[in-house]
Amino acid sequence: MSVKLQNISKFFSDPEYPDKGVAAVVDCNLDILEGEMVTLLGPSGCGKTTTLRVISGFESPTSGSVYIDNDDVTSTPPNKRDTSMVFQSYAIFPHLTVAQNIGFGLSLRKKPKNEIEKEVRDIMRMTGLEDMYNRRPDQLSGGQQQRVALARAIINKPRVLLFDEPLSNLDAKLREQMRVEIRRIQKTFGITSIYVTHDQDEAMTVSDRIVVMNEGRVQQVGTPFEIYSRPVNTFVADFIGQANFLDARVLRKSAESVDIMIGTAEKNIKSWSGNPEVGDTVKVVVRPESLRVKKSKDKNDGLNGVISTQVYLGPSVEYQIDQKKKTETFHAVTYNPVESGFFSIGDKVSVDFNSAAAHILAEG
Amino acid sequence: MSGCSLGVSIIMKTGEIKPYISRKYRELRILLGDPLLFIVIAIVGISVILFILYPLIKVILSGIVINDRFSFSIIKEIVSSWYLRQAFRNSIIMGVTTAALGTLVGFLFAFTLARTDIPFKRFFNIIAIIPIVSPPFIGALSIIMLFGNNGFITAGVLGLSNVKIYGFRGLLVAQVVTFFPVAFITLKGVLDSISPTLEDAALDLGGSRWNVFRRVTLPLAVPGIASAMLVLFIETLADFGNPLVLAGSRFPILSVQAYLEITGMYNLPKGAALSLILLVPSMTAYIIQKYWVSKHRYITVTGKPTSSAIKLVNKPAKWLLFSGTMLVSLFVILIYLTILWGAFAKVWGSDNSLTLRHFGYVLGVGFEAVLDTLVIAGISTPISGVLGMVIAFLIVRKRFIGRGALEFTSMLSFAVPGTVIGIGYILAFNRPPLVLTGTLAILLINFIYRYVPVGIQSGVAILQQIDPSIEEAAIDLGADSRKTFGRITLPLMVPAFFSGLIFAFVRAMTAISAAIFLVSSNWQLMTVQIMSQVESGRLGAASAFSVILVGIITAAILIIRWLLHLRFSGMQGSELRF
Repeated sequence: MSVKLQNISKFFSDPEYPDKGVAAVVDCNLDILEGEMVTLLGPSGCGKTTTLRVISGFESPTSGSVYIDNDDVTSTPPNKRDTSMVFQSYAIFPHLTVAQNIGFGLSLRKKPKNEIEKEVRDIMRMTGLEDMYNRRPDQLSGGQQQRVALARAIINKPRVLLFDEPLSNLDAKLREQMRVEIRRIQKTFGITSIYVTHDQDEAMTVSDRIVVMNEGRVQQVGTPFEIYSRPVNTFVADFIGQANFLDARVLRKSAESVDIMIGTAEKNIKSWSGNPEVGDTVKVVVRPESLRVKKSKDKNDGLNGVISTQVYLGPSVEYQIDQKKKTETFHAVTYNPVESGFFSIGDKVSVDFNSAAAHILAEG
Repeated sequence: MSGCSLGVSIIMKTGEIKPYISRKYRELRILLGDPLLFIVIAIVGISVILFILYPLIKVILSGIVINDRFSFSIIKEIVSSWYLRQAFRNSIIMGVTTAALGTLVGFLFAFTLARTDIPFKRFFNIIAIIPIVSPPFIGALSIIMLFGNNGFITAGVLGLSNVKIYGFRGLLVAQVVTFFPVAFITLKGVLDSISPTLEDAALDLGGSRWNVFRRVTLPLAVPGIASAMLVLFIETLADFGNPLVLAGSRFPILSVQAYLEITGMYNLPKGAALSLILLVPSMTAYIIQKYWVSKHRYITVTGKPTSSAIKLVNKPAKWLLFSGTMLVSLFVILIYLTILWGAFAKVWGSDNSLTLRHFGYVLGVGFEAVLDTLVIAGISTPISGVLGMVIAFLIVRKRFIGRGALEFTSMLSFAVPGTVIGIGYILAFNRPPLVLTGTLAILLINFIYRYVPVGIQSGVAILQQIDPSIEEAAIDLGADSRKTFGRITLPLMVPAFFSGLIFAFVRAMTAISAAIFLVSSNWQLMTVQIMSQVESGRLGAASAFSVILVGIITAAILIIRWLLHLRFSGMQGSELRF
């Protein structure tokens, strides 16, 4: 079942300035394919939850239309949209048992009792809730409540499954475990899903595609790989992981690649966003793990610096390298420090990168 | 974000009105797509207008419209009367002093119970509840029996004669005893919500106990104190029972004067105009309370419940607080023991030997009033409770045109003195199209709409605790608004519904100020009976009536609590608290 958002905008009125509004979502267009798991990712206040609530029907958009399976559902009330949401707070009904919670949707559809019980038991087995049938919600752990919320949503076989930051109340270990679980269950049922999170690791793990949002606007839509290695602007590059932005000048340009001058070196780069023209100053995005750090002699080619901080994380070491003349700093990560060795604070180093690991941003 | 909102302001201002209209249209379609919700809003709205707003408008009009002409002549007549000016002044003075003193006693109780580890906390709690669950003029009755001309203390113990208990001092004592529990409940809630960790932090930073109290606890409690004072002011101003018994003719009180004007002089317009004058200060206080004080509340949110060892009060201060609380408690007990004794004493003050004669009288001649009161309170409170839950639900959870107006109007009965409402009902419903005066219906309707704010308040409180996403989850799973309300919201509101019900029942059983205008020979109320017994000097019968009334209320509370305990033990929030 596909979902399509067409020119969706949502303004909330500000009680203090009734003639103004607060823009939560501005002109959002999205096409979500059948069976796909798409994540809306962005900092808090970026409009991702509002977008999700517009899809579920809890908010009506100020303008624009929502289509599910090519049906215009913009003014369909939420109970008739056939979408199921997994809430951030789980929203388990506190006065019903686990089984009654999970079977709630089926009982509304007036299914016979024995069928409901069978389906509930099936789904409870699949979600690892076998022994919880008659438990009350307050007797469940956070992870179990999460599973109940998930089971309650998927048992109705909704056209669209919606996740509103479902893992934000769990501890780190459980979160990692559950996101794999959610992905597994979603694939098993093949339900079109939209997932809201502000956690980029979570987005990377669960999604087929990621929609990065900021200040109510969609910044980029793409696979996790595209979002990370081919960001379209500094916001996306900066929000997803850490990024080094290196200044460079465009020397030549062809259909396949762009030659740039960075420091005193020339590089041929095959990946870019925007429209870099010869003579332009552009930014080159290089991820910390792609930055190669070497001890150097005092040679001033612009990519030299001094180690200013060192953070040891076990499998890796993070460094901050202050550039000599500029105020900017490089971020670099080295792995397996036991074998590859450490740099110390104060070491003079030079950095370099493989052209294949770089991406040009020509934002104008 | 700022860039975006700037963009929006331009969009909205250049009058791109189309999206706005289409959104309103969509909201309307969603509402119409849920016809039940639409019908419920319509019915509730119309009934609130008819039974709360319309009588009020009638009072206002009858005060300023004479013979279909706009005129201030009645108001002028009142203002030019020295006696009535005095009544207005007295009412205000009484309201202000009761507010100050009652809040002080309430704070003493609340602070002592919330911030010290004194013994007998449960006992003090019960003491502070008793005046709330008893008729409002018991204080006045008892004070006459204790300190009046034939008073147990004045005449009996001290051997005084010609004591002047009628007037300001006697009434003030009665009002403080009657209303300090209202302040206590508000302030106990406020103090409980101020996390002791804040005080711990201040102590930790080197503040002395007194400094911490003065600079942390007290400022945080100020909005609650202001709120309690305003509520007490409103209640005292509106009170009718105590002043009717205790004020006397030398100390006229506005609410009593309005009543006397109507029942004594048969001058309905003048009574209405007097009650209108009463409405002005109480509405002012209500609006300040609702729109200013309540917005200045501090909400202290702490992640974890804190069980702090009590450190704010040192030993001498603790026992000082204990003594103060105990002294007030003993006085309250004295008040109630006097009533109990009076119910069994042959002739109060002169022949104190025991008899069951008064109870015989009440259960014989007065039994009809007992039954009528039970019927009226028994029918009106559940209806009022359900209506309160529905209105609370609409106010908290739904967005529709007129929501604010519905909230304001339905909560209005808190602010409007009973005298005004009673007169309004006579004016509104004694001629076609709706002739209700003298019927059971007028009493029921009056009680339902007069005590609906009690239900609304407890409904709003619990709804604000129920995560809205719980209801959204039900809707999301396919439930329409009726099923969501019936299967999810209502079951979760049941405990609040019953505690609201208890309060509404208590209020219905003890009501007098509006009801006294609406009783008829067919339908009598115990409170009105007690009043007329007092007026005709039969203190024994009045006491026996009061004892039975308090007995019924206590029994009702215990039964409801027991039922709730059976049904909802183990469910969160089922605890009934007072």
